[in-house]
Amino acid sequence: MRARDVIGLVGAAGVAALFAAAFTRMPAVGGTEHLYRDLVLPAALRATTPNLVSSVNFDLRAMDTLGEETIVAAAVVGVLALLQPPRREIPHPRGNVQPAVRFTGWLLLPVAALLGLDVILHGHLTPGGGFQGGVVLATGWHLLYLAGSYPALLKLRPLDTLEYAEAAATAAYVLVGLAGLLLAGSFLANVLPLGSFGSLLSAGTVPVLSVVVGVEVAAGVVVLLSRFLAHALGHADEESR
Amino acid sequence: MTAACYGVAAWLLLLGCLGIVRSRHLVHTVVCLSVAQSGTYVLLLAIGYQDKAGVPIVNAGGRTPVVDPTVQAMTLTDIVVSATITALLLALTVQISRRHGTVDPDELKALRG
Repeated sequence: MRARDVIGLVGAAGVAALFAAAFTRMPAVGGTEHLYRDLVLPAALRATTPNLVSSVNFDLRAMDTLGEETIVAAAVVGVLALLQPPRREIPHPRGNVQPAVRFTGWLLLPVAALLGLDVILHGHLTPGGGFQGGVVLATGWHLLYLAGSYPALLKLRPLDTLEYAEAAATAAYVLVGLAGLLLAGSFLANVLPLGSFGSLLSAGTVPVLSVVVGVEVAAGVVVLLSRFLAHALGHADEESR
Repeated sequence: MTAACYGVAAWLLLLGCLGIVRSRHLVHTVVCLSVAQSGTYVLLLAIGYQDKAGVPIVNAGGRTPVVDPTVQAMTLTDIVVSATITALLLALTVQISRRHGTVDPDELKALRG
């Protein structure tokens, strides 16, 4: 046992004691008193947004989501800056992919793409939203690689366009916010008609912001993973030589 | 119920932190950080939970009781931050591995430009 472990254990014991002291004075789990819920529910109903979580993310606390979206963009920029692209051409992987894996990959590819689009587009109505759908879309995209077809992924992955799409989507979020500032008097205020409760075109700017975030996250994650993939495959090749 | 929820949240956070302290591989360190962060998800969701209440997706009337959507939205933010941090730390790990030839935190003694 190293000195570091002892200090760590002592610190953890101290934090555990603080937790115990704090948690005994917290309200019991499952209680009926939720002040924010009571504020969000009528606000979301006024804005005809059935999904309260989306209402919080893209309407009531849309400003936070701008920050959240910027974090994703910053992380992508950070990874691109940290991991320079490998200098050599990436050779075609020679690994062997089982036919069952290949078949399942191609089978699930359209399913994942559809699911991602559905989660993004219905973010204001059903569980989901831009972040979740964007991640589903981006990871579904990489089923191309899991199905053993890295050249296909390289062909069907327009990295330049995706980098522009990510930046443009981040800017579009700010533009929607500025439209609210100009037309409704406050940043990210709703400027679109609210529509009827539960229909696809309703809830004002919530689905617009959801789609914008979906594009940004999907493009960002694909760009992010592309750099990791290039590195992993480049290294694997170097070691096998 | 209360003890279980808060207990699991605290347990995950402390376990993750101790994992970081005892880590001998940087990828393991990053995963431990994710474990520690999942403690915060449990805590947030526990705070918003209500017995016999439904998901925070309502009908036009909004009569049925639902759990708190605010903490769920914060959990989503939390997960996004966790994912981006993980990506950045793994990129750093790749760079450290290439420059220093090791991913054991104990062998990374000196700073090198």
